[in-house]
Amino acid sequence: MKTDTKILASEFEYLECHTLEEVLDALTRYNGKAKILAGGTDLLTKMKTGALHTEYLIFVKKIESLNYLISDNNTLRIGPMVSLREIEQHEQIKASYSALFEAVRSMAATSVKNMATLGGNLCNGSPAADTAPPLLVYGATLKLTSSRGVRLVPVEEFFLGPSKTVLASDELLTEISIPDLGENVGSSFLKLGRVAADIAKINVAVCIKRTGQAVSYCRIAFGSVAPTPIRVPEAEAMLVGKELSNELITNVAQAAANLIKPITDKRSTSHYRQQVSKVVLEEALRSAWQRTGGEL
Amino acid sequence: MEKRLIKLTVNGRIRELSVKPNDLLLNVLRNDLQLMGAKYGCGIGECGACTVLLDGQTALACLILAVTVEGQEITTIEGMGDHVQLHPLQQAFLDHGAVQCGFCTPGMLLVGEALLKENPCPSEDEIREYLRGNLCRCTGYAAIVKAIKSEAKALEI
Repeated sequence: MKTDTKILASEFEYLECHTLEEVLDALTRYNGKAKILAGGTDLLTKMKTGALHTEYLIFVKKIESLNYLISDNNTLRIGPMVSLREIEQHEQIKASYSALFEAVRSMAATSVKNMATLGGNLCNGSPAADTAPPLLVYGATLKLTSSRGVRLVPVEEFFLGPSKTVLASDELLTEISIPDLGENVGSSFLKLGRVAADIAKINVAVCIKRTGQAVSYCRIAFGSVAPTPIRVPEAEAMLVGKELSNELITNVAQAAANLIKPITDKRSTSHYRQQVSKVVLEEALRSAWQRTGGEL
Repeated sequence: MEKRLIKLTVNGRIRELSVKPNDLLLNVLRNDLQLMGAKYGCGIGECGACTVLLDGQTALACLILAVTVEGQEITTIEGMGDHVQLHPLQQAFLDHGAVQCGFCTPGMLLVGEALLKENPCPSEDEIREYLRGNLCRCTGYAAIVKAIKSEAKALEI
């Protein structure tokens, strides 16, 4: 099929669902032959360019019960149909979940953010998904629902490779929940793209908890440096129990750069990504530490 | 593919249309409703030429299936003002020479209008940030930003 983005040439059967039960029934019935349409900013682009075909398309964006953003005993529960724009404008996220806020702020243009959903950004399975590193450092959990039941999967185990996730063909992502982070916690997100709003050449998120003058919890996650967004536990371990200093930050960033094995693609070379990972991580660590109220 | 009947409000008028599931909102607006304001630019959500307001929020008509907007409200540039009665922002674009070839203008105006509704007194940085998804190949950004800024000031008084 010749690529023509003026039209959507691909043909499919369309189903619009208004309740979760309808979606789960349809997913079971179509047995792997259906794709979920939410915001459409990734899916329709792929379908237009011929990168993706589907027999059935299930539209789920209008399911009200999957569109909520609530704080429950300090656990933040986000429905998958919440738009990136709603996340960006949410006061609590802006105040307490800096990494997620900064990630969403760095993404795409306003119109795209009005359309695109958090669930879509995750289920699309891109190694460069900007919302993934923040959710990794927060230790977020994803709720996957099917007619067979519900399972909870840590974000860390969700991604399998480019465009691949653990989501079974009859499952739908139904909630993203971020656990209580506690006091004196700071997080940050940084990305490097060619221009603002670009797909990341590399992105990084950091979440630090400070107890006294020492780091008591630290998570570091990179995107665009492996087939999936990843954590670097060895680098995280170097910080725990230590007082943060410029020297330590430099050492941790160097160690992290040696741990990642990015690929060379049209957006960057492997060498470049390894080099700049140090710079973005150093900066992210500083900014997260400052947000815990710590001093350098 | 079987056509479906959808009902939506376009520029304040209720319209009933018969569309195929893979018909893009942009093509339905242009071909079925003869609303030529929204343009096909890139087709992949990079340029903003196809911007419309969907329930008051900016959205890209080239990445929306028409069947999915059943019951919703669409505003295109034709709903913003016309030759007889220009919208104040349209007048500001004219006053500041913010229209060159005109291809990006409908998108720029709708995005500018959405911004001013959300934030009546945006700074230049905020305007540029909001416009970053709308490309002007004539590179007329300075005038476009000035025109929007002038309306922001007007609201300040």
